Amino acid sequence: MAEFRMPSLGADMEAGTLVQWLVKPGDRVKHGDIIAVVETQKGAIEIESFQTGQIEKFLVDVGTKVPVGTPLAEIRAESEAKPAAAAAAPPPKAPAEKPAPAAPPPVQAPVRPPSPPPVAPPTPVAAGARTSPAARRLAEERGIDLSTITGSGPQGAITYADVERRLGAPAAVPEKKRAPAAAPEKKRAPALNLDAMRTAIAAAMARSKREIPHYYLEHQVDVTPCEQWLAQKNATLPPDARLLIGVLALKAVALAARRFPAFNGFYRDNKFEPSEAVHVGVAIAIRGGGLTAPALHDVDRLTLDELMARMRDLIQRTRAGRIRSSEIADPTITVSSLGERGVEALYGIIYPPQVAIVGFGKVVVRPWVIDGAIGPRSVVTMTLAADHRVSDGHAGALFLAEIGRLLQEPDKL
Amino acid sequence: MQQETVRAGTIETTYREAVKQAIRDAIKRDERVFLMGEDVGRYGGCYAVSKGLLAEFGPERIRDTPLSESGFTGAGIGAAMAGMRPIVEVMTVNFSLLALDQIMNSAATLRHMSGNQFGVPLVIRMATGAGRQLAAQHSHSLEGWYAHIPGIKVLAPATLEDARGMLWTALQDPDPVLIFENVMLYNMSGKLAADAGPVDIDKAAVRRPGRDISLITYGGSLWKTLEAATTLAGEGIEAEVIDLRSLRPLDDATIMASVGKTRRAVVIDEGWRSGSLAAEVGMRIVEQAFWSLDGPLGRVCSEEVPIPYPAHLENAAIPQADKIVAAAKAALSKA
Repeated sequence: MAEFRMPSLGADMEAGTLVQWLVKPGDRVKHGDIIAVVETQKGAIEIESFQTGQIEKFLVDVGTKVPVGTPLAEIRAESEAKPAAAAAAPPPKAPAEKPAPAAPPPVQAPVRPPSPPPVAPPTPVAAGARTSPAARRLAEERGIDLSTITGSGPQGAITYADVERRLGAPAAVPEKKRAPAAAPEKKRAPALNLDAMRTAIAAAMARSKREIPHYYLEHQVDVTPCEQWLAQKNATLPPDARLLIGVLALKAVALAARRFPAFNGFYRDNKFEPSEAVHVGVAIAIRGGGLTAPALHDVDRLTLDELMARMRDLIQRTRAGRIRSSEIADPTITVSSLGERGVEALYGIIYPPQVAIVGFGKVVVRPWVIDGAIGPRSVVTMTLAADHRVSDGHAGALFLAEIGRLLQEPDKL
Repeated sequence: MQQETVRAGTIETTYREAVKQAIRDAIKRDERVFLMGEDVGRYGGCYAVSKGLLAEFGPERIRDTPLSESGFTGAGIGAAMAGMRPIVEVMTVNFSLLALDQIMNSAATLRHMSGNQFGVPLVIRMATGAGRQLAAQHSHSLEGWYAHIPGIKVLAPATLEDARGMLWTALQDPDPVLIFENVMLYNMSGKLAADAGPVDIDKAAVRRPGRDISLITYGGSLWKTLEAATTLAGEGIEAEVIDLRSLRPLDDATIMASVGKTRRAVVIDEGWRSGSLAAEVGMRIVEQAFWSLDGPLGRVCSEEVPIPYPAHLENAAIPQADKIVAAAKAALSKA
């Protein structure tokens, strides 16, 4: 019987609150399946199972805060015999029947941590299991849980050949072949693999340039009103709640996209499907050379404060490699900004099947004509790359202009 | 060497003869080259390598020296600094200890000590290894010691091609090069291209390709290792045999490429185990190829005893094919 434990999601995490179970006793889970949501200082995080097997029982009640390392559930591996004939009863009924017997463990659970070391991250390998470096690396590359492997080496050590056998194929098989087995629903959010990420970027961008007839527009906007409004607003806020100008830009894009649906949605099977919701993909650079654009959901409906909090959380999680599957699949439009990097304009490549990407350059102070007089103003260059199969330059111009207009009245965003 | 038919331009020869032809060739090609050492002239060399060369080239080019390794090695260093290209023959590595100060404190350091004003383009040849019942004082394998010294190169020709080809390339080097010839190889015969010439001295060679384990060795142990590989092949284990050729510098790239492929390695070295060259090679593998390893590294070295005189004890003290087979199986967990 394997224990599913409260994982350590960062060196500073000591405890987490179980927010939700996404499975129920009797469910079969695979390595990599998301089975629970845990609340930490960094926000709600979906937790994957390291084991493959059947959920035997829950050990902690929803809403309970427990130290890292505390067992949350028991998972019976496929090879293990079921404990009793009774347990073989139809699984759907199990959850209804089980709460009573399951009640004591939740009480014990918080008391239990002394036995498993609370600081230990959830290592999938049983203590003492020997694994050769080559086997360990192969298992890591292929997403294989070493605890599911029986070693054939001296004293049960797991060797390269053992991992190969577990994979069911010689190591020469290209990496991609494992994807269907290990991650059928694209649900996994494993630690960042920059090589894999680069491969994904290459495939998406090449497809985009191959299939999407891009057109590009550029528009300069005076964002002095935004800066003034932000200065005023942030003066009243604690540092960790202060807003960045990027949040205003996101909100303006989302509101404009709601008004101009031809830039918000997916182009699939030769037709455009506009989206009711506006989920804005935010391009986030990752140290070491990665790039991804996970979604902030319903940006048009969030207040600026909410949006700021979500954006901080998203960036933090993305850089830690913890993006949820929905965040990857959902963006209906993308916003990219290289503002801090010191270029004035960027022309994006649309992330298929989306149909538009809006770029923001850095804010520069320029001589600007206001009411017939020249004065210094903070100006930003916005760009739009859009899919000509869906929209035309005229609509694109109106869309960009609308974003610019919205940015003139930050208090209304 | 595996080719059995004698093709046109191939000659049947020995390791001894290949070394001799390398010396003859060098003396003919470069007037700055001369051979100097104990008994190299009238006697024709302790291992008969230079037999006939005195008659052919005269006493200016083939110089007998007194029994004073420190003296004539130092003379060779001076000649090299002054523009000559001496080949100093130290009869065996056992006697080279008397010249160690010259080699280590002079030859290896003068370029550094002179601020690059002087180099020592000297080649020192010496016989090494056990197996001829010469007992504890005359059976050392100290090439691994010499490979510890920055400022020199250390070569270990194991094949006829390398015996024939390494000398000239070594003479072109601006710094001292030591060539270790294993005493058990002089009588080895085989086929060599009649036009065999200089070879590179900075790459290890794959002498037998294989996928299951890397057997890394050099010099006299190469042939024992190849024999072991044949035995292993009979049991379904395909061993890859690496001939280091150069002990300093080591060709890490070839070693790591092989280990990266086989994931397992045994190093075979006639030096004593503690502080051996095998230890150095093994450590480099751990440093550079740790994540490729699928089993513990192994070593076959000499037992840590003075090399015994009786043949059966001498054989038991140094690497042999059966020990290599056993070590390979242990590394493969098939012992």
